[in-house]
Amino acid sequence: MIEDDHPVSLLEVRGLVKTFGSARALKGVDLQVLPGEVHCVLGQNGAGKSTLIKTLSGAHQPDEGEIVWNGEPVTIENPVAALELGIATMYQELDVVDGLSIAENIYLGHELARGGVLSRREAAKRTRDLMKRLGHPQLSPSREVGTLSPANKQIVSMARALSHDIKLMIMDEPSAVLDSEEVNNLFRVVDELTSQGIAVIYISHRLEEIERIGDRITVLKDGASVGSNLPVAQTPPRELIPLMTGTDVAHVFPQRAPIADDAPVVLEVEGLTLAGVFEDVSLTVRAGEVVGLAGLVGSGRSEILETIYGHRKPTSGTVSVGGRRLKPGSVGAAVAADMGLSPEERKSQGLLLEEPIYRNATLSTFSRFAKAGLLDEAAERRATEEQMKALELRPAEPNRITRTLSGGNQQKIMLARWLIHGTKVLVLDEPTRGVDVGARVEIYGLIRDLAAAGTAILVVSSEIEEVLGLADRALIIADGHVLAERSTADIDEHGVLDMVMKGSAA
Amino acid sequence: MSEQTTTPAPRPGATENAGDPAGSAPKANPLKQFFSGPAGRSIGLVVALILLIVIGAITAGENFMNVDNMFVILRYASVIGVVSIGMTFVITAGGIDLSVGSVLGLSSVVASLGAIQTASEGFWPLMVFVAIAVGVLAGLTNGFIIAYGKVVAFIATVAMLAAARGLAELISQRSTQVVTNNGFLDFFRGDLLGVSWVVWIFALVSLAGWFVLNRTTFGRRTVAIGGNETAARLAGVAVKRHTVYLYMIAGACAGIGATMTLARTTAGTSTHGMLYELDAIAAVVVGGTLLIGGRGTIGGTVLGVLLFATLSNVFTQNNLSSSVQLVARGVIIVVAVMLQQRFANRESTGSGG
Repeated sequence: MIEDDHPVSLLEVRGLVKTFGSARALKGVDLQVLPGEVHCVLGQNGAGKSTLIKTLSGAHQPDEGEIVWNGEPVTIENPVAALELGIATMYQELDVVDGLSIAENIYLGHELARGGVLSRREAAKRTRDLMKRLGHPQLSPSREVGTLSPANKQIVSMARALSHDIKLMIMDEPSAVLDSEEVNNLFRVVDELTSQGIAVIYISHRLEEIERIGDRITVLKDGASVGSNLPVAQTPPRELIPLMTGTDVAHVFPQRAPIADDAPVVLEVEGLTLAGVFEDVSLTVRAGEVVGLAGLVGSGRSEILETIYGHRKPTSGTVSVGGRRLKPGSVGAAVAADMGLSPEERKSQGLLLEEPIYRNATLSTFSRFAKAGLLDEAAERRATEEQMKALELRPAEPNRITRTLSGGNQQKIMLARWLIHGTKVLVLDEPTRGVDVGARVEIYGLIRDLAAAGTAILVVSSEIEEVLGLADRALIIADGHVLAERSTADIDEHGVLDMVMKGSAA
Repeated sequence: MSEQTTTPAPRPGATENAGDPAGSAPKANPLKQFFSGPAGRSIGLVVALILLIVIGAITAGENFMNVDNMFVILRYASVIGVVSIGMTFVITAGGIDLSVGSVLGLSSVVASLGAIQTASEGFWPLMVFVAIAVGVLAGLTNGFIIAYGKVVAFIATVAMLAAARGLAELISQRSTQVVTNNGFLDFFRGDLLGVSWVVWIFALVSLAGWFVLNRTTFGRRTVAIGGNETAARLAGVAVKRHTVYLYMIAGACAGIGATMTLARTTAGTSTHGMLYELDAIAAVVVGGTLLIGGRGTIGGTVLGVLLFATLSNVFTQNNLSSSVQLVARGVIIVVAVMLQQRFANRESTGSGG
């Protein structure tokens, strides 16, 4: 802990807690931001970074804890209130309007006008000044934002923030969409901001960036700050990685049964490529085996799964199940070959939330229960109830509306769907997202049981720990490439993170 | 809010939340359960319809309250009714078909062409087949453009709305084609058990629609696609093919509507079916089918159609202008949808305990 050398810190956050339903997204975050510093917030996916940003920018209200601004406790009721205080936020999904010009975007919501008439010339002049300040004098104020690159859109978003009188700028993984030259420009802009006394909260999981521009670091893990206000100069990366990963009671992984040497290869992927997203992915999964894809957000792991399943059409490459090549880009072919997917976004991609459980459990099989096109709902309910009991989904009421279930139980319904269908290959994208601790352990157990029964399982998770704990083998993915394939007995989380951040197999 | 209540008794969510795992189903108030169920949602419509009938009886007396007038209302409702059943399928799946009115016009023109009528001399149902075939073909085109051409349903069917009307004008050369096939006219003038065939057709199409939507795999696919298209596709439902079928159904219903219109007006013209798409959508939505898809009710649609038909009749009986009628129609649509939303909200919060 650093004692503050400055008499007044710009922002102090103490014991911030935020709960959504039964899930605690933040469970005690402390951090302090000084005027003109770059304060990095570091953490894995799900560590609570986004929730923290949204709380500071007024999009969420904290349940407990205190936000002190310029020495005074404040409540930030909404994003406008945040702006009035002087806090601007640049989100990952840029909030610019494509159809408007750069100047119109910058003054959106606080248009420069005299007597209700827009002062376009004044807006253009100020926009030019802002662009100069941000190192992009070549961007004309009248240019339509839709024609800009992501990097330049980011500049517009920043210019909009600067058009207000701000003292703190929050940047949510700004480098994620930039190439290295653009990142250099971003850093110049950050330097420019701090030299004017504006503080920056910089969210990233790229350690090398933090070393370059960060003054101090706060590390989040599972919604709590496990290290607050650490000076970058005195904190080497090898101390940061253990803080980010830690060990967690949430991950109690079941025993793995050894795979028989003669277990047949069920899923075989060869040279699968989706132009611009991932390239030349080859992998095999044998019956009874769990193979994991480990990589960060944006590495292409979910896209790889979706392409294997036929949800996206590959540019080249093949997918075979049990030796039979599947028609590319056809979910129907994958399902017919007994492949099943539990998608990343369970609610928006997997479930009919307003329908009863049994209709979700039989979504792939209701025609099988039907006779001559006539539904047999009683049979569907019976089959669902049976699976609900097997999966210990309580209460076993197939008529219950799916929306009312917890994340863990909704995940079990996805498993039930494919159990009723009967699958040779089960593809699981983020199987424990939005699932609480207790249910996670259960789901790990179920996945392992399925493997032990001979199913080939391919799993993706943004939690590297989960991939390593659950899978027999892991493919490490970065920027759409398979960097390495390792037995999960031979590699630990540090090793994976190290590879992923360097972008090459060590 | 709750601190003020002193009676400890009504805490319906308490046992449920305490997590009694093997516990019995949460016993909801049966009355509440009924009102949030499919029958309950329609109860408001039934009440509105009865109210309207009472108003009609008071204001127009004998002229309104007689069996003949009731059949007038039913016959009036039948064409829009059949078109609305097709529309219910499309909307339940999250789509929209704005072309049904134009397609009805086109079907009526093609089926009443001189050549077709001559060919139908000995066998009048040929005219019916032709009308339905034209509708199905238009629906196939719509469905194909939407599912495989990836054009938004609204735009694709607006295009068909324009094109089908234009085609009908071209084919008929903007003239009215009188139906001369007596077999055809005699059949539709006839009745079964004292009820006009037109009304029977509406009833049969409604029953078939109800059955297909609620009891068959086709209906399940329709609801699933409307509820969550991505989830349906990822579960292996052939979403594109099904989408084509849905627009074909809407087209077929427009074709049936064209047959009924031909019989009623004894002529085919390109102006038949003008703005029917809006009447149909209004009836479907007032009936309780969600415009965003995922929930559809044929019974509700039938009630919605009857509601508007009765309204129109009450106004006519009272010699009120059709302009006033349009205003009333607008008010009913807004009030009905607002009431529905209130019910829907109560439903979703209610289940939370």
